[in-house]
Parts: sequence; C-alpha cells; structure tokens
Amino acid sequence: MSDHRFNPLLLLRAVLRPIDPVLMLVLMMLLGYAFVLMASASPDRLDSQLVNTTVALLAMWVAAWLPSQRLLSFALPLYALGVVLLVAVELFGEVSKGAQRWLHVGVTRIQPSELMKIAMPLMLAWYFQQREAKIGLREFIVAGLLLVVPVGLILIQPDLGTSLLVTAAGFYVIFFAGLSWKLIVPVGLVGIIGIGSIVAFGDTLCQPDVDWFGLREYQKQRVCTLLDPTRDPLGKGFHIIQSTIAIGSGGVVGKGWMDGTQTHLAFLPERHTDFIFAVLAEEFGLVGTLVLLVTYLALLARSFQIATQAPTLATKLLGGAMAMIFFTYAFVNMGMVSGILPVVGVPLPFISYGGTALVTLCLGVGILMGIRRGRPAS
Amino acid sequence: MTEFRTPAQEKSRFRNRVVVAALFILACFALLAMRFYYLQVTRHAYFHTRAEDNRIALLPVVPNRGTITDRNGVVLARNYAAYTLEITPSKAGDLEATIDGLAEVVTIEPRDRRRFRKVLEESRNFESVPIRTRLTDEEVARFTAQRYRFPGVEVQARLFRDYPEGEVASHVIGYIGRINDRDVERIEERGQTANYRGSEYIGKAGLEQSYEAELHGQTGFEQVEVNAGGRAVRRLSRTAAMVGNNLELTLDIELQKIAENAFGNRRGALVAIEPGTGGVLALVSKPTFDPNLFVEGISAQDWKQLNDSPDHPLLNRAIFSAYPPGSTFKPFMALGALTTGKRTPGYVMADPGYFVSGGHRFMDDKVGGHGMVDLHKSIVVSCNTFYYQLANDMGIDGIADFMRPLGFGSRTGIDVPGEAEGVLPSPAWKKKRFRRPEQQRWFGGETISVGIGQGYNAYTPLQLANALATVVSDGKVFRPHLVRHVVDARDNRRVIEPEPLRQLNFKPEHLALVRRAMVDVNKSGTGARAFAGAPYEVGGKTGTAQVFSLKGAKYVEGRVSERLRDHSWFIAYAPADNPKIALAVLVENGGFGAQSAAPIARQVIDYHLLGKRPNQPAGEDADAPESTE
Repeated sequence: MSDHRFNPLLLLRAVLRPIDPVLMLVLMMLLGYAFVLMASASPDRLDSQLVNTTVALLAMWVAAWLPSQRLLSFALPLYALGVVLLVAVELFGEVSKGAQRWLHVGVTRIQPSELMKIAMPLMLAWYFQQREAKIGLREFIVAGLLLVVPVGLILIQPDLGTSLLVTAAGFYVIFFAGLSWKLIVPVGLVGIIGIGSIVAFGDTLCQPDVDWFGLREYQKQRVCTLLDPTRDPLGKGFHIIQSTIAIGSGGVVGKGWMDGTQTHLAFLPERHTDFIFAVLAEEFGLVGTLVLLVTYLALLARSFQIATQAPTLATKLLGGAMAMIFFTYAFVNMGMVSGILPVVGVPLPFISYGGTALVTLCLGVGILMGIRRGRPAS
Repeated sequence: MTEFRTPAQEKSRFRNRVVVAALFILACFALLAMRFYYLQVTRHAYFHTRAEDNRIALLPVVPNRGTITDRNGVVLARNYAAYTLEITPSKAGDLEATIDGLAEVVTIEPRDRRRFRKVLEESRNFESVPIRTRLTDEEVARFTAQRYRFPGVEVQARLFRDYPEGEVASHVIGYIGRINDRDVERIEERGQTANYRGSEYIGKAGLEQSYEAELHGQTGFEQVEVNAGGRAVRRLSRTAAMVGNNLELTLDIELQKIAENAFGNRRGALVAIEPGTGGVLALVSKPTFDPNLFVEGISAQDWKQLNDSPDHPLLNRAIFSAYPPGSTFKPFMALGALTTGKRTPGYVMADPGYFVSGGHRFMDDKVGGHGMVDLHKSIVVSCNTFYYQLANDMGIDGIADFMRPLGFGSRTGIDVPGEAEGVLPSPAWKKKRFRRPEQQRWFGGETISVGIGQGYNAYTPLQLANALATVVSDGKVFRPHLVRHVVDARDNRRVIEPEPLRQLNFKPEHLALVRRAMVDVNKSGTGARAFAGAPYEVGGKTGTAQVFSLKGAKYVEGRVSERLRDHSWFIAYAPADNPKIALAVLVENGGFGAQSAAPIARQVIDYHLLGKRPNQPAGEDADAPESTE
C-alpha cells in the first residue's frame, strides 16, 4: 500500500542509486576548489560556471544510469559521427585564432575533437571486446588505424593539444589491452631520445630558418619557448615566466585567497582557464598544490579500483583509460603551467573554466560510475 | 601474444598494467611535487621579489610650477589648463592612420606631427603622447563626437605655461621648455633627478631658469599597483606634490612697458634700479621676443627668424652686452679724483681744446676748448680735456682700483642668468687678455682714452645703472635683483632683497659735488632739452660710445651707415634729493646720448615719479647740441 504513495526519500534514493559516493566526494572537492578559485580569478564568470557545472553533473548522472553494455553500443556510431564531423570541420569549419576547430550547428557551435576524447576510448574498448578471445598483432594494428585517422584530422586543424589527448586516450586502451612491451619500450625510447635531442640541440633547432617537418610555426615556437622562455619574454614566454613567478611567489602557504597579486594585476594570462593552477599556487601555496595532487590521486585510485573490479574486458579498458585521461589532463596542465612541459591548450581537469571540457570529464566520471554499478555483486 | 587466454590470465594481466600505470602516475606526480617544492620553497624569495617588482610602481606626481608676478601683483608667468589630444601608442594600432584620421577632425599641422614623432621616440609605449595641444572648445566637441573612431586617443586637460604680457620683459622672465639631454645632466649634477621624475619642462632662460629650484616645487610620489600593461590599478600610498613657490618681482611691469615702448623700433637696453634696495624696476633689452613661442618647443621657422635676425632679439643687451660707457664715465672719474685726492673741489684748469700725451694730441669735442673748467663744469659740459688730464694723473691702476669696488668690470650677481663681466682695463687685465707680448704692453695713451670712457673699457647697462645707484645711495653697493619675495603655497613670504654687499666710503661733500653737477647737466647742460619742464629735479649724464674710430677724420653722422653710428648713453636718477630710481639707457647706434637715450629716460622717470604715460615712443631729439658731450 505504501508503495503507491509518493515518498520523497525513495525518489532521492532512486536518483542517487547510480552515484558512487567516493567518486562523488572527490569530484565535489574538485568542483568546490574550482568555485573558490574562480571567485578570485574571475568572479564575473561564477554564474556561468554554475551553469556549466550543473550541465556537467547532469551528463554525469545520465552516463552513470546507463548500463555500461548499453554505453558500449554507442561506441561505433559515436566514433563514426566524430570522424564525419571532423571532416566537416575541415570543409566548413570556422577559423578562430588561426585554427579551424569549430563547427556551427544551428545556434551553437561545437568542437568535434572534444567528442573524440570520449568516443575514441569507447570505440577501442568496444573493438577489443569484440575480439576478446583472440587479441593479437592484427587487432593492435587495426586499433592503431582507428586511432590514427581522427588524430590526423585533428592535427591538420591544427590542434596539437587535443590531438595529443585523443592519442593518449586511445593509447591507454591499447596499453591496458596488453600491447606488448616489445613495442612500447622501443617506441618510448625513440620518443625520449627525440625529446632529449630537441632539448639538447634546442638552440640550433629554434633558429628561425629551421623548418620542423610536419609542425606549424606556432607549434615550433611553443616548444622553443618552453626550452627557453626568455627568448620571447613579452610574447609567448610571458605566460610561462608570469605563471612561474605566480607559483614561486606563493611560497608554502600562499598569499591568501583573493590576494594573489599576479592574478589580480593581470600579469597572469588566461588565469581562469588553462592557467588557473597558477592562481591556486599563488594564493594557497605549496599546501594548496599538494592538496590538489592528493585529491587527484584519490580520484585516480578510485577509478583504477573500479576498473580492476569491472566485469568485462571493455569496461576494464574503458575504466582504466578514463583514469589515465584524468591523469593526463592534470599532469600536462600542471606541467605546462609550472614550466616543465610545453604550453599546449589543456585545461586543469574539473577546475578550469569552460563548459565543454567539464562536460567531457564529468561524462568520464559518469561512465566510471556506470561501470561500478555493472560489476557483479561481491 | 597469447592467442587464447583464460579470464584469470586476462584479469591478472590487466592488474599488472594498472600497477605499471599507477607507478607511472606516482612518478609523474612526484616530479610535479618536486617542481612545486623547487618553485615555492627553494626559489620562493626570488619569485617573491619578482612578483613585487611586477606589481609596484612609483608614479611621480608633478607639482604645479610657481607663478611670477611683478611688484604690483600683475601676473607675468602663470599656468593654465588647456585640452590636449593624446595618443597612447600601445592602444592605438596604426599610428599614421590614426593621425591622418584625426587630421580630418581637428587641425594637425606638419609641425605637430614632427613634434609627436620626436616625443614618441623618447616615451614608452603605454604612455600617452600629445599630438595637438591647446584645442579649442569646438575642436574638443568635434573630437568627442567622433571619438569611437579613435581607440587609444584621448582628450586631456593639461597645464601649460603662459606669459600673458607676451614680449614685455621676456628677457627677464625667460621661458620654460622641454627638458633636454643637457638639462638632464645639470639635474643629475644637482642631485635633483628624483625631483624631476615626470617633469617635462624646465626653466631655460631668465628668472624661469635662475629660480628653477623655487618655481619647480617638490615632486610627489604615488605608490601604485600596476598591471601587466603598466596601467595603475590601485593606489597604495601618496606623497602629495608641493607646488612651486611664486615669485614676486621688484619689477614694475607698467614701467617696463613704458620703457620698452619708449625705444620704439630702436635697439638698446635700459636698466632702472631702486637705489635704496638694489631692486630692479625695469630691465629692458630691445628688440625682444615672445616667450610663449618657446614653451612647446619653438618651430624651426620661428627659431630661424629670431636667431638670424641682425637685431639679435634673443640677446639680453642689458646684462650681456658691454659697451664703452663714454662720457657717462665722467661723474665716476670725478668722484674718483676727489676720493683719491688727485683733485680738490676747488681745482680749476684751463682747457685749450686738446690734451697732449706722448706726442699725441687728444682732441676735445669743442674746438678751442671750454675755457676755465672745474670739476662741476667738467661734468655739466662734458669736458674731455679735463678727464684726459685727470686720467693721466690718476694712472690706469688708480682708475681701476677706484672703479672696481663700484662694480665696474665684474658681474653684479643679478638673479637672472647670462650676465657679462665687462672690461675694467688695467695693465694686469691686458696681460691676461692678449697672448702676444707686444700686445700685452700697456701704453700711456690708452690710459688717456679710458678717462673719457672710451678705449678698452666696456660695461653693461646694468653695471652702469648699479654704479650710479651706488653713488646716489651714498656708497651702498647692492647685488641688483629682480625677485623681492618668494611666496610659498601657504602664502608665507620670504624676503629676498639683500643687504648691501658693501659700503663704500665717499665723503658727503664729494658726493654732493658730483651729484649737483649731474643735476645741472639736466638743467643747463647736455640733458637740459630732454628734461625741459620736468617738475622734479633729476641728475644725469649723457654719453656716446664710439662704435669705431674714424682715424683723424671728423665724425659726421650722415656719412656713416646707421650700424656704424655711435651708441647713445644716458644715466639718470631722480628725484635728485631723495633718489627713487637710478637708470642707465643705451640706444645702439643712437648717436649722441642727449639725442636718443635721454628722451627715453625722461619718459621712464616721468612715469615712475608722476605716473605720467607718454603717448608715443621717445623721439630723437634732433636739435640736441651736436658737440657737447
């Protein structure tokens, strides 16, 4: 009898059922951090941040509701749609800041490369699931091809940052699927030697007349500026110089909330988006940065836990890849803001202002929650 | 790769991969943590300093320059606010296009563009640089209506220096101009660099230059936070600027005007001094110039006109040009004769019309001589023979020793820059002056012409006026000065008028004799015509400075080109019993002193004592006796 009566507690329980409390707690800490920082760095964006956050949490909730097998059935269509849209961008896209990244759809514009960040791991996880019993060299080659096509399309936009993130997202699935160390180690070594030689011979390579095969001039400039920020102190090096000043001047406990001089005197460029970490480091000091690192570690630990307990290969791969994507965002962003990685447009996950990335990342959290719901009761 | 695997194998392999990934993550985060530690702990002090440097800038607050008023409070130099059109290059984009666009809205002349480019080179990108100054209200309105077209262009109210009296007294007041490299050096030498941060102008001539330290004021400072563009966003502290002190002059600008007008188009100088104080009542150098031309940087055309003019309007004749004093020297010679005991008040000599020395005959102006001449008559009729003889008796060193304390041949120390020393000749002077031994020798004949104010001696009108003031104030030597009070922002007056530099000991009866003779010059002598009908008693002496000597030939005015005509001198003081004004007038190429200089002195004294304004410049007195100097 009581079943027929409206019970708000039951409704709440139904709403909360797909939510993983641990992930949710960590996520709320990160989002809270984001609001605190945004209030200091760019208070007029707080309202719009609230809207973004609401949309992102809704997306997360929907993804958490979806059984992971149902989710995987979207893999192929999403992937195909993503590739088609990337081609469309190439043909009809809007040029902004010298890059063709946006596609107008009715009243809004979308960035198809963003979709690929989710579609790529989904697609590869689904593919390996199909070939579960006989994953071999052939499968890895096919997976590699599935990865290369959209990445290539994103690279010619050009958007180095996103193409690296999509590559990473795809690679993690392949890695967790068991790609042989015999392949990973040599490729990794080549990469390390390549990067090492760029660092070693930076002065020569950064001469104006040296053409870097396959890279645009601005991409070359970014790398060169990283190697020596002082070569362009008022131009591209300005970001790195000012953000390291912000981080360094924060000290152990920081200058205090809202009291970051670098932040408030506009020395810090893009302080609410890609460089928001410098605001955190300036105002909350080493304590603040370590708290953030620990929070991210908690998020990653829970994500890996969910992945290892996942019932199927596809969900394991997907879960592992999601964790690695979070890590990549966080590491690349903090690395570039603190001056150990080149400046590529990667936001600080869950904290940087900007709707698309937040929705994408929260969707990832939602997928992890969905995977946890699908595990066999233990 | 294993083709077929059990789920358990699958699971453990995935676990291994996760462990590898987790280790990788921990390594990367450890790397980040080390980086943060390095930046935030190890190098914190360095970055802290960098951040402070970033954020705090000291902005100078430029003080308002003090004003200059005459003795009656008439404003001679002031500041006034006017609108300027200014461009901030960092915000404006294409500068040429911006200026071309602005030229459609307001008048922008080629010289505005040139000045803009010059200032632009010296300024930083985020500072605004004026393109047009002193916009009219209509221009401001026109620009405001179209301002949307011109990003980075603003109308600002700025203070400008203005000299409302224009050309009047411009040699005294001087002018300000933009600080140049030489000014910067001087500022550094005086240790004033900090006080001039932000200042664009500095006194370049006249009182504006010599009282720069008073007029400039104390620069204030604002500690401000600046953003990356260098723009101030928040004031942290402010040390207010102290406005410059105002100068109140001894100069009477009305008297100055009357004196300047009295010259008409003639070149020359006049210095009028208040005998009891050394205060300068008028200091004229004609022709003059408009100091307003210099304030914003003089145009090449104006500069060329002023600089190339044969009349040299920029030359301050009153204090820089030295002329032989001619017969105006005689009263001083007479006083010297009495003071040194070379002559007694009762001394009389017979004047044959010439004096012979070393086989050379020195002629008097009056053929046949003046007959019996005593000291009094020697001044009234300006008898040359008397002074030839006197110079011979005093000797060149005797003359120099007497004249030196009166200020002849040395700077008076007047408070405007650019004073010349003049020449008080003596054998010692000649030795220093010439290099070749045969030129260095002093000849007896040279002493003779010094006695009548010719030869080597050359004095500025200021020196002559000051020496006269000394004689009529019973021997008080003052440092002549133009500034009477320095008035600070709280209206505290600091009196500048100096004590006498020294007191010369003349016997009253000697002074009385010389002064009585000078009064008679204007009663019955060479100045009588110029002062006919004057309701006051006035002492004076005419003089003629030879521009060049026509050897042997008689000087006939009409035959000599105007530029070679003698300079006309007149010195005077009045009223005779209690002098309120002592002056020296020089008219370049004015001929005899009685002819052109004395009428000028009459107009000046008339105004000073009676308030009487002349209705035209002092004319040349055509009927002046030709040969009585």
